[in-house]
Amino acid sequence: MDATQLAIEERVAEQHRHHKRATFFWVWGALLVMTAIEVYLTYQNLEPKRMLTILMGLSIIKAALIIGFFMHLKYEVSLMKWLTMCSVILCLLLMTYFFFPDAYRIVKLGVQ
Amino acid sequence: MSESALVPDVTSVYEPSLFGTYSKKIGMWLFLLSDSLTFGALLYAYSYGRISTPDWPTPFHSQSIVNATIMTAFLLTSSLTMVLAVRASVDGNQKLQRLFLLATMLCGVGFLILHAREWTNLIAEGLSLPAFPAAPGHKATGEFVDVAKTVPQFPATFFGLTGMHMLHVTLGVIYLGVIALRRKFIPILLVCWLAAWLGTPAYSPFHYGAHVLLLAAITISIILWLKPKLYDSSDVEVAGLYWHFVDLVWMFIFPLVYLMSAKIL
Repeated sequence: MDATQLAIEERVAEQHRHHKRATFFWVWGALLVMTAIEVYLTYQNLEPKRMLTILMGLSIIKAALIIGFFMHLKYEVSLMKWLTMCSVILCLLLMTYFFFPDAYRIVKLGVQ
Repeated sequence: MSESALVPDVTSVYEPSLFGTYSKKIGMWLFLLSDSLTFGALLYAYSYGRISTPDWPTPFHSQSIVNATIMTAFLLTSSLTMVLAVRASVDGNQKLQRLFLLATMLCGVGFLILHAREWTNLIAEGLSLPAFPAAPGHKATGEFVDVAKTVPQFPATFFGLTGMHMLHVTLGVIYLGVIALRRKFIPILLVCWLAAWLGTPAYSPFHYGAHVLLLAAITISIILWLKPKLYDSSDVEVAGLYWHFVDLVWMFIFPLVYLMSAKIL
């Protein structure tokens, strides 16, 4: 391996040494609490659309915590953060644009 | 000539990394971005089926929801132990690093066992795919026999999505096993393959699914034979990225597939 890579690896390891372990436990606790809220809501038999909105909202928060803290993206350089997240969100938005209008159209047409 | 003059300044030859990190990590991020689109497509396919099918089943009773919640807790805990393994590796504490990696693997195996139990129960109740062989001398009479016939989109998308995730978790456990134990992991993997193959009935999807472990053992043997190395903190961090991604995907599968299709009476 070349020296540049080794130097970068050592710098990244140094960054990791500055992170407090307690933060990881807090994130883990928050993820468990949000999961418990999701399960609690399931037992409340909410209206599906409202339930879906709340569940997806919580899932996005959970995903952000995992990506930011556990996957370390919060501490990466701006270019890495923006390029990775914007590209994947753009692709998922494109999928949404193509998939869902058609699914709703089928429902509206009353196709069984 | 002084000794320092003989050593070329290698760092100055290369440009600094555009993304501020090492190439292995960037490679893993690129793989995970592409993999997120694979799971995105599967989740969208499931949601599309759900929206466009009026009689979409809600087959998950309280027992399934409790089972899936424990599975989620296993994955979340495994992410914590994984991040602690990365921390131990950058601190140079090899023993603790191995311990946390093994704890992560244990949580992953717990998740897989519960998931396999869930699949087995659903198949026994009649929720199946044409690709799954029928149990000899057993006619499906369970709760979901009609579901498999009237809404075939449900078993197709359910088994497709959760099966893909199960495969990722299995490969993740194997990946961590190689990082933690290197060559010592190969015989363990072969024993697991034999146990899974011989311990499941011939009609179970896990009977032939177990061959993934054999294929992985062969692949690992070739890789470690061609490029034997000691894995350092960067390798542990890159393996961690993969493991957290598997956890991340489940954070969407759990509510969309299980909680939105719960039958709570």
